[in-house]
Amino acid sequence: MIKESPRACSTAIQRDIVPAGDYYIQIIKQGQTVRLVDLEGNQAADTLFYSANDPGERYSATDTIREQGNLYLTAGSILKTNENNDLLEIVADTCGRHDTVGGACASESNTVRYDLEKRGMHACRDSWMLAIQEHEEFGLGKADITHNINFFMNVPVTPEGKLTFEDGISAPGKYVELKALMDTIMLISNCPQLNNPCNGYNPTPIEVLIWD
Amino acid sequence: MTLDVINPNAAECRYQTTLNSGQHWSLLVRRDIQMTLTDLSGGSNVGMLLYNPTQLSEKYNAPDTLKCQHTFKLTRGHCLYSDMGRIFCSIIEDTFGWHDTVCGNSHSSHIQARWGARNYQQDRNDWHQNGYDSFLVELAKYNLTRRDMAANLNWFSEVGASDDGQLALKRHSKKDDRVTLRFEMDTLVVLHTCPHPLSEAGHYPRTSVQLELMQSQPMAADDPCLNYCQENQRGFENNSLYHFGLQTLYRSMP
Repeated sequence: MIKESPRACSTAIQRDIVPAGDYYIQIIKQGQTVRLVDLEGNQAADTLFYSANDPGERYSATDTIREQGNLYLTAGSILKTNENNDLLEIVADTCGRHDTVGGACASESNTVRYDLEKRGMHACRDSWMLAIQEHEEFGLGKADITHNINFFMNVPVTPEGKLTFEDGISAPGKYVELKALMDTIMLISNCPQLNNPCNGYNPTPIEVLIWD
Repeated sequence: MTLDVINPNAAECRYQTTLNSGQHWSLLVRRDIQMTLTDLSGGSNVGMLLYNPTQLSEKYNAPDTLKCQHTFKLTRGHCLYSDMGRIFCSIIEDTFGWHDTVCGNSHSSHIQARWGARNYQQDRNDWHQNGYDSFLVELAKYNLTRRDMAANLNWFSEVGASDDGQLALKRHSKKDDRVTLRFEMDTLVVLHTCPHPLSEAGHYPRTSVQLELMQSQPMAADDPCLNYCQENQRGFENNSLYHFGLQTLYRSMP
């Protein structure tokens, strides 16, 4: 569902650019709103969320999918935790659909999906691993790196049970906005994927804005 | 039926047990063992998680499993992947055709809302156990917690999606439907027989599942799982590297 935000960029309390292939980790306080902007289009923002007060409670793709009875995320979707509690709500979305089935690229899964010799290529799960190593203060470990959201990515499932990766629903300037329903750690890998059309074979930066 | 404890590795040796609904179970399963699950009553669901017992942070990964085989449903020919690019097990037989791995588990709140609160004092082992708590109990036995839980499999439950992503639990297995998993590396298998979280059955399902273990046959060159797609051939290559590394490690030990 396309829903524009009433918020002006000029009133944001924080604005950050996340370069292509980099990570971003930040606490979003309960009641704050965060916007992810696909600056140049066709980017995928592979994102994980955790309760800031108890990182063992975290975004759960399966609980979210089951509770809303739908595979795709958009305005109105409530993101659920592994304890089946409300974590965030998508309050605005100019893209219309976001994936939470396809997961994140990893150097290990790239060997399976593309070629055994592609293990050396940069991948989202490596970005997350570096983030949790460089930010021990959040108390995250490998076990916490789980099934994520791919903002701006389109992974349609057919009624016959096929899974496909499609280009073409995001564009420069499209955004998604989430309101935190509890104090939340947001961990983004701004996808470095060079092997499939999820970011048009051309990783680009995103912008993160936060409002009180 | 019990194992021959004098010679438990004999090729003809088998083990089988029956799990009624609402139970949980786990075992460290060696490579080259196969597990057959048979729905003895019809309408069953088996939730399952998989871990590498030598490195428990390596676990079943639903997204990698689905996307590398370009599938949303799981059936014969598919392999179940870890987050480290390796294959825990292959689905070598399946009479049902479509197993779910995106709907997760029932929580106690779901079970109470649908079938009412039940307690142990009144209902004994007919109380209404839920999938999430069942996994927690079984995982604790290996020092694993909710942080180690992943998106699980739901055997014997078909969940389809419409073009706009609406989900529906379309079908459960019938009596005698079965699925066989051939283990390709040593694997900690954790499972429960609680209802699928989208189940709208009139009563808490009272079903039973037979679990059977036996020695598997070596994989042949024309194996349907190996040849399902080039991705699986590369997955098996990763397993070969893993076992090569382990053999080297064991040989170097005093």
